[in-house]
Amino acid sequence: MRSATAIIIGAGHSGLAMSWHLTARSIDHVVLERGEIAHSWRTERWDSLRLLTPNWQSRLPGHGYAGADRDGFMTMPEVVHFLQRYAEVSRAPVIPGVRVTRVRQDAEGYELSTSQGGWRCRQLVIASGACNLASVPSLSAGLPTKVASLTPMQYRRPDLLPDGGVMIVGASASGVQLAREIQAAGRRVVLSVGEHVRMPRTYRGRDIQWWMDAIGAMDLRYDAAENIERARRLPSPQLVGTPERATVDLNSLRQAGVELVGRLAGLRDGKAQFSGSLANVCALADLKMNRLLAAIDAWVTASGLEQRFAAPHRPAPTVVGAGTKLSLDLIAEGIATVIWATGYRPDYSWLDVPVLDRHGRIRHDGGVVAAPGLYVMGLPFMRRRKSSFIDGAAGDAADLAAHLHQSLDRAAA
Amino acid sequence: MTANNSTATQVKNGVNVEALLGAREALEKAPEAAQFKWRASCEWLNGTHSRSTIGKFFGLGAEQSRDTTFTVEADHPKVFASEDHAPTPVELVLSGLASCLTAGVAAIAQRRGIQLHSVKATLEADMDIQGILGIDDDVRNGFGAIRVHFDIRADADEDDIKALVAQSQKRSAVFDIITNPTAVFVTVN
Repeated sequence: MRSATAIIIGAGHSGLAMSWHLTARSIDHVVLERGEIAHSWRTERWDSLRLLTPNWQSRLPGHGYAGADRDGFMTMPEVVHFLQRYAEVSRAPVIPGVRVTRVRQDAEGYELSTSQGGWRCRQLVIASGACNLASVPSLSAGLPTKVASLTPMQYRRPDLLPDGGVMIVGASASGVQLAREIQAAGRRVVLSVGEHVRMPRTYRGRDIQWWMDAIGAMDLRYDAAENIERARRLPSPQLVGTPERATVDLNSLRQAGVELVGRLAGLRDGKAQFSGSLANVCALADLKMNRLLAAIDAWVTASGLEQRFAAPHRPAPTVVGAGTKLSLDLIAEGIATVIWATGYRPDYSWLDVPVLDRHGRIRHDGGVVAAPGLYVMGLPFMRRRKSSFIDGAAGDAADLAAHLHQSLDRAAA
Repeated sequence: MTANNSTATQVKNGVNVEALLGAREALEKAPEAAQFKWRASCEWLNGTHSRSTIGKFFGLGAEQSRDTTFTVEADHPKVFASEDHAPTPVELVLSGLASCLTAGVAAIAQRRGIQLHSVKATLEADMDIQGILGIDDDVRNGFGAIRVHFDIRADADEDDIKALVAQSQKRSAVFDIITNPTAVFVTVN
């Protein structure tokens, strides 16, 4: 059995950022990667996907974007290349092709079973990603067998879908991007909309992520959030990364021909039933967006920088048609595919340590898991609002590496 | 941004938000106690006139009784050849929605530190009675649409008041019951 003081599971941006900090502290470690570096970015994303954050914001410890298009959005191959380059320059001790199949706790730390034999470590960092599995609601069981059922992890591009209409369930980042792309390919698209977060791509001449960063919203700490559980469950904002910096919202989708319906509430006798709450979820999203824009305006005013930025404005309120459908006969209406853009969750099926809550979520305090020497990285709002972003890995890895180092010192003393 | 919670004690909307928040915290730790069963029974009186009785319910892990057993009557108006002793059941549903949303507005205003002066909800629902009369099976029995209008006077700006009303819908039991399908099982002796 091989051993290391610390083991990091996963060579994505989180695992590599942690490795950089452990190297800086001369802590002996390895990074076990089930495939190759940036495995999820290579294999579990659709073809046209780009990062939702601008290139300049891909900041990792000791590494950043060095290209010419600082305001652009990386394609998936570019993200893979960026992370590969990072692993090279930081000399991360990555061992590829090692799938962890089981982790057990023992008196000394952790024992890992993998596809390439056993490993032992005192400290373990889980950086295997927040989006390993697509969350599909249990009501999906009622889908007629004739209708193809896909998740965004299986979707690649419109022409690979069966002929016919497409119903997309969920209007967060994935749902609105797929609706836009599939509609543009000439398909009929029905988008089922529950609670969502609306954001313009640009505001007052800057990217919305620039503003979130500038006003300090991305740095908000988990222990300062008003309701951290709710903040962690918040759906991803309706954003798309495109060269033309397009804003995608329900108004633009509707104008493009996407049919908006309420949250999917039931599937019975081949009919989809939609909630009548569409107007309210849109009103909530509009109000929250305007609060964010007002906070940006207040920051500009307080900083005395009005002259530097374009004038404030408010995007048009979301228009919900009066004829919104409450039910849809999928077969009769020719809906051949349903895509469940209903969120993602991490996979901990290999973790044989009692640290999961009744929803299967890992119990942690800012990434410090409730078992000695166990850490997690990259979860939504884990230590800061930006924890699950590439830009969030640096701060979180620095904090957790310090904690890990301290507890090693305590054990040695 | 949301109103500062530290001001919440300064407003008097008559809602004990601390107790509600305490209950939420307690129930997060003991979700089984959050399982409630609401009950009602109904007795036919004469014609379309009936009386419902509302008393005990189950909640917090035990049978709960209240100081009063309430009764609510229902009937139909004379245009339906009835005697109009009481509101129709569908009007009671509307009043249930109105009361649920109004209670929500008050509770959320208290929580957000917003002093209310008056809240008035006016509701109107469309119904094509060809459904209930069996004239046209393609017409649904229930409401085609419900419109709720709120007039609210409060110490808050327009967006904060809109947010109260939106959040109240998000948290309303009756709004959910009306907007989403529910399985109904009816048995008979």
